[in-house]
Amino acid sequence: MTEDTVLLNPPPAVAPTVPAVAVSPQPKLAVRNLNFLYGDAQALKNISLDIPEKKVSAIIGPSGCGKSTLLRVFNRIYAIYPNLRAMGEVLLDGENILDTSYPVHKLRSKIGMVFQKPVPFPMTIFENIAWGIRHHEKLSKSEMEARVEQALRRAALWDEVKDKLKRSALGLSGGQQQRLCIARSIALKPEVLLLDEPTSALDPIATGRIEQLIEELKRDYTIVIVTHNMQQAARVSDRTAFMYLGELVEFDETEKIFTKPARQQTEDYISGRFG
Amino acid sequence: MAVDIYLRRRAVNVAAMVLSGLAATVGLVFLVWILWITVKNGIAAVDLRLFTKITAYADQGGLANAIVGSLVMDLIALALCAPVGILAGTFLAEYANRSKLGAVIRFLNDILLSAPSIVLGLFVYVIIVLPMSNLTHGAVSFSGLAGAIALALIGLPVIVRTTDEMLQLVPGTLREAALSLGIPQWKLTMQLLMRAAVSGIVTGVLLALARLAGETAPLLFTAFGNNFMAFHPLDKMESLPVAIYQYTNDPNPALHAIAWAGALLITLFVLLLSLSARWYLHRHKVIHD
Amino acid sequence: MSSIPATIKASTTDRRSRADAHHDALFRRLLKACALLVLAALLGAALSTLWGGREVLFGQGLHFLTSDAWNPVTDDYGALAPIFGTLVTSVIALILAVPLSFGIALFLTEIAPTWLRGPVATAIELLASIPSIIYGMWGLFVFVPFMARIEPGLSDTLGQIPLIGNLFQGPPIGLGLLTAGIVLAVMILPFICSVMREVFQTVPNRLKESSYALGSTTWEVVWDIVLPYTRSAVIGGIFLGLGRALGETMAVTFVLGNAYNITSSLLMPGTSISSSIANEFNEAVGTHRSALVALGFLLFVVTFVVLLISRLMLRQLARREGA
Repeated sequence: MTEDTVLLNPPPAVAPTVPAVAVSPQPKLAVRNLNFLYGDAQALKNISLDIPEKKVSAIIGPSGCGKSTLLRVFNRIYAIYPNLRAMGEVLLDGENILDTSYPVHKLRSKIGMVFQKPVPFPMTIFENIAWGIRHHEKLSKSEMEARVEQALRRAALWDEVKDKLKRSALGLSGGQQQRLCIARSIALKPEVLLLDEPTSALDPIATGRIEQLIEELKRDYTIVIVTHNMQQAARVSDRTAFMYLGELVEFDETEKIFTKPARQQTEDYISGRFG
Repeated sequence: MAVDIYLRRRAVNVAAMVLSGLAATVGLVFLVWILWITVKNGIAAVDLRLFTKITAYADQGGLANAIVGSLVMDLIALALCAPVGILAGTFLAEYANRSKLGAVIRFLNDILLSAPSIVLGLFVYVIIVLPMSNLTHGAVSFSGLAGAIALALIGLPVIVRTTDEMLQLVPGTLREAALSLGIPQWKLTMQLLMRAAVSGIVTGVLLALARLAGETAPLLFTAFGNNFMAFHPLDKMESLPVAIYQYTNDPNPALHAIAWAGALLITLFVLLLSLSARWYLHRHKVIHD
Repeated sequence: MSSIPATIKASTTDRRSRADAHHDALFRRLLKACALLVLAALLGAALSTLWGGREVLFGQGLHFLTSDAWNPVTDDYGALAPIFGTLVTSVIALILAVPLSFGIALFLTEIAPTWLRGPVATAIELLASIPSIIYGMWGLFVFVPFMARIEPGLSDTLGQIPLIGNLFQGPPIGLGLLTAGIVLAVMILPFICSVMREVFQTVPNRLKESSYALGSTTWEVVWDIVLPYTRSAVIGGIFLGLGRALGETMAVTFVLGNAYNITSSLLMPGTSISSSIANEFNEAVGTHRSALVALGFLLFVVTFVVLLISRLMLRQLARREGA
C-alpha cells in the first residue's frame, strides 16, 4: 500500500497551470485527481482539468503521453480489459461517472466515441445506425427512418447515401465510413462526443470534411478530440491540452497555447523540438 | 580437397531433394490408389435399388435404410453439437481469451479432437444406452439418438476450435465501437460478432459434419444397426458406415459390391463437404482491418 | 444543461442498464457451461469406461494387464495381446509415416515450385478426410492380396537376415501386423505432415536467409537450422500421429486377422485394442463385455497421455512464437 501511495501522489515536478479565470458555468466534464494504472505502470498521473460545454477541446502530445488513455476513461471503455484501473473522479454534470454505481449503459448513451480506424458494422448503412438506437428506444418504422435520416444529415453523409441505405456499409469509402461512425454516435443524442484521432486513417480531403463537420457539431455537442496532428488541433479546437508522459502540462485557450504557451515544455513540443 | 567437400555436400543435397520428392510421390500414389479403387468398385455397383431397397434383402436389397439413418443421425448430431460448440468457442474467444481456464479448456479440447472415437462410443453406451435400457426394461436400448450423441461428441471439438479461432480474428475495435453505443456484451456477441465471423463458423460446422459422417466405430454400440427403415430416434438405426462394416465382414462377394457403392457415396459426400468448406472460407473471408 | 431535449428518460436508462447487466451475466454463465462441457466429455469418457470395466479391472487387477489369455468361455481375459498389437502396429506406422511426412513437408515448404505447393498440399489433406472405413475396405480387398503376393519375397530376402529375420517369417496370407501397420501409416501420414509443414513455416526467414548467405545447401539449412528450431514441435507432431494411430479402429480391424497371440513375426495375424472391442462387443455378454470396456479404458488412458505430451511439445513452440 505504501508503494501505491508513492505512485499515486508523486511530488509533481511542476504544478499544472490552470487559467486564472475559472470556466464560469459548471464544466461539462470535470476531471479531478485522475490516476490510471496499466497493471503496475502508471499511465496517467494526477490529472485535473475542466472540459467546457459545447466547445471543442483538443488533447495533444507525443506518442505514449496518455492522451488516448485519458479519452478512454471518459466512457469507461477501459473497463472491459483486466488489469486496468482508474482512480479519482470524473464528473459529468456533477455526477462521478467512475463510480461503479453510475450505470455504464447510461454513460454510453450520454457520451459517444469515434475511433481512429472507421469500424462500420457488417450490416446495411441503415442498420448500422438503427441497431444502436433500437437498443435504447422503441420507435415506430417511420420514427426510426426519420432518426436515421437526421443522424446522417447531421454527419453530412445523407446526400451521398440516401439511395443506398440498404447496401452494406462496407462498400463505403474510408471517409464516408468515418462519417457513418459519427452519425452512429450522434444518433443516440449524446451530450459529449469523444473523437480518438478520427482522421489519422483518412486522406486530406476526407480529413477536411470531417474537420468542417466538427465545426458544425460543436453547436450541439461537447467535443473532446485527441490528435497527433498539431495543426489540426490549432484549426478545430477552442481549448487545447498538452500532455507529456502521463501528466497534464498545460490546458488553455488554443490560441494562447500555440502562440504564447506558459510552459517551456509546451513551447518545445509546439516548435517541434521533440515528439 | 575443398572441391571434394563441396561436391559431397551438393550430392547430399540432391539426394535429399530427390528423396523428398519421392516421399511426396508415395503419398500421392496411395491417395490416387485408394480413391481410384473406391470409384472403380463403387461405380460398378451403383444401382437404383441402392436408394430404394433396404438391407434386409441382403444382396437383393440396397442401402436405403442406411442412407436415411445416416442422414437422420448426422443432422441430429449437428443440431446438438453446433449450438453448444459455437457457444463454447465464443466463451473461449470473448471471455476466456487470456485466462487460465481458457488455456485449460483449449488444451483439453485439442485432446478431445484426437481422442479415439471408439472410446467416445463406449462412453455414450455406458451413460445413455445402458440406463435407457434399464429404465425401459429393455424396450429402448440402442438408439439413433445415442448414435447421434456419440457423433455430436466427435464433431464438438472441431466446432469449438474453429469458432474460437475465427472470433479471435475479428478486430477488437469492432467490439469497442459497439460497446461505446451502449450495446451490452451479449447483444454485440450474438448480433454483431457472429455476423462478422459467420463464414468461419459455417466452415467449422461443415468440417465437423464431414468428420462425423464418416465415423463407424462409435455407432456400433450406440445405434447398433437395423435391417429395416427407421425414422424415430429411439429406434435402433442403420447407418452407411455400419452397413459397409457389416457387409465387408460378410463372406458374400455380392455384399462386398454393395459395400463399395456405399463407400463411394460416403467418400463423395465427405470430400465434397471438405472442399466446399475450404472454398467457402476462401471466398468469404472474415472482416479484417 | 444541454439544450437538446433528452429523449431518453433517466429512469428508463437506469432500468435498462440493470437489465443489460443481468442479461450479460446470464449469457456469460450459459457460455461457460457450454465450454465446460468439453471438460465433461473427456472426464466422462474416462470415468464411464472405468466404471463399465470395473468388474474386470478391479476384479482381476494386474492379471488383466499381464495375461495373454482371452477366453470368453472361462471368463479369463488378459489385455496383453491387444496391447501388443496396438503398440506394434502403431510403431510400424510411425517408423514408416514419420520419414515420409518429413519428406513431404520438406518438399512442400522448401523444394516444390510455388504453383505446385497448393495442389499437392490439398491432395495430402484429402488423405486425412477419407473416412477410416474406406481405408479398411481398401486394406482388406486390395492391399491384403497385394501383401500376400509380396510377402513370400519379403520372407526370402529380409527374412534371411540374422537378427531381424524372424520378424519377416510367416504364412503369406497378407493379413497381419505388418499390413495393418502400413495401412495405419498411410492414415496418419497427413496429420504428421500438416503439423510439420505448419511448424517449418514458422521458422523466421532471416534465420534461413543468413544460413543461405553463408553458402549452405537447402538440405543443410533444413537439417541445421529448421529442424533444431522446431524440434519440440516436430516431436509433438510425431506424438500426435502416435495418438491417432493408437486409437484407430476401422483401418486395422479388417486387416489384422483377429488372432489373440503375441508373436515375433510381423507377418502373423494379431489383434489391437480397438479391433477387439469393435469385433466382439455386440455378441459379448456379462464379464466379456466388461473386459472390452476395460480395454477401452486402457486405450483412453494411453492415448490421453500421448496426446497430452504432444500438446505440451507443440505449445512450447507456440509460446516461443508469441513471446
